[in-house]
Amino acid sequence: MLSQNNGTDPACRHCCIRIEGLCVSLGENLILDKVDLHVHCGEVLAVVGPNGAGKTTLLRAILGEVPYRGSMSSLIGGVERRRPKIGYVPQKLQLDLDSPVSVADLVIAAIRHRPVWFGVTARDMGKAKKILSVFLADHLINRRIGELSGGELQRVLLAIAMTAKPELLLLDEPSSGVDQKGLVLFYQIVRDLREQHDISVILVTHDLSGIAAYVDRIVFLNKSIVAQGSPEEVLSNDALLGAFGPPGQWKGMV
Amino acid sequence: MEIWYRLVDGLLPFEWGQYSFMKNALLAVLVIAPVFALLGTMVVSNRMAFFTDVLGHSALAGIAIGVICGIHDPTWPMIMMAVILAVLVNVFKGVTRASMDTVLGVFLAFMVALGITLLSRNGGFVKYTVYLIGDILAVAPGQIFWLCMIFLVVLIYWCFLGNALILTSVNSSLARSRRIRTFLVETSFTVLLAVVVMISIRLVGILIINSLLVLPAAASRNFARSTCSYTWWAMIFSVVSGVFGLVTSFYSGTASGATIVLFLVGCYVLSVFAGRWGFRAKVRG
Repeated sequence: MLSQNNGTDPACRHCCIRIEGLCVSLGENLILDKVDLHVHCGEVLAVVGPNGAGKTTLLRAILGEVPYRGSMSSLIGGVERRRPKIGYVPQKLQLDLDSPVSVADLVIAAIRHRPVWFGVTARDMGKAKKILSVFLADHLINRRIGELSGGELQRVLLAIAMTAKPELLLLDEPSSGVDQKGLVLFYQIVRDLREQHDISVILVTHDLSGIAAYVDRIVFLNKSIVAQGSPEEVLSNDALLGAFGPPGQWKGMV
Repeated sequence: MEIWYRLVDGLLPFEWGQYSFMKNALLAVLVIAPVFALLGTMVVSNRMAFFTDVLGHSALAGIAIGVICGIHDPTWPMIMMAVILAVLVNVFKGVTRASMDTVLGVFLAFMVALGITLLSRNGGFVKYTVYLIGDILAVAPGQIFWLCMIFLVVLIYWCFLGNALILTSVNSSLARSRRIRTFLVETSFTVLLAVVVMISIRLVGILIINSLLVLPAAASRNFARSTCSYTWWAMIFSVVSGVFGLVTSFYSGTASGATIVLFLVGCYVLSVFAGRWGFRAKVRG
């Protein structure tokens, strides 16, 4: 093991999510093989790995969307549950450019039962604006979701995910379709969120550039966990360098 | 119905307003047009246009099965067939990795071939051409009652599940993380769609029912900038085209359903220009 603090300490009392022996197979293919992962409360964890390493499948297993073997539990404030409350920010959506759904519609549809097709009230509009303003996205409120840039859409989706007051935030490939400036802004917002809300974050990415400054721990996943530890340790790991090449070749490296 | 007849006599003193079949047809159009527009907004957003076409064509197989079983009114076998198809396609979508339009193409071929083969026994297919082009002028007051029921059901469904439908159509994982049971939402929507299509197929016909679903939403989408305007403009297009199409068909002696569709196509063309003009105005501003 690379680090003493590798996250799999059995005595952990505040595990936001504890995954043990997780196996997922799709048909004949074993996608994830005996993955053990503990995420502490208030920890930002990056799961990195090449394409096809099972990163998104891991998230889908945590969301309960794919059948899996192994155990998953959560221990927050001494209360044990199967799963923590999850906020999910999907990978860049395949949106139609002419989709008529506006940012306000999407936010209000997520927080209100009153159907948005019937018209939105000024009160709901104000509420949506307030939610979006935390994520520097309130100026986008009347834009259609198909018109947003990758970074803007990520912030709107993050705002929506946070309305559920999640204990665990899952971010799926936040760097896809987002320029470097937007990505830095996004990571800064995530770091601020963690400080303010004591929320745990699992962020899945194949883009290693610039994440070291924003995460506490990196897990290098390739079907099973190859290495984990602090960013400095993992980013200099031989197996990772073998898969991604030297740092100069990492996409969008700054 | 009496109240409606008197209302038409009082408000619409035109030649076409004197015939009770036109009064019935007008009421049917006013009730069913908003329903089609509402369902159509989701059909277009979820890219289900081909699916609803297959659904409409499955009516042929439903009618055939009704005839074989000796059921006089084929509505029930048609609804059963369409609901089975809707659920099958939805289940299939979850398990197969094959392209959806291929799967639908297979279903379409099967449904149409089965229907035509069974109905054309002894050269009797001509009797069933009314289902192909539909006849809204023949709508009976009893049917209008069912259309009103459908109108209510769809309205209630849209009030309770409208937001869930939007989130599911944007991203189903996102919707599931908000504790929306997406499979249930999608399946109930397709079942509702199947029932509405089958109940109204006698009125508008297999060949054009899909246009009534797709066109109002497609036209509205060209310029709508929010879900609210998208939905309401689709309903306006649908109702206005429905009424104008019906009246025009009375004077021109043409099939009402097809005439309504032509008006909808007109709306679509106008909306393309409206969208372009709006876009240019926005860029300049």
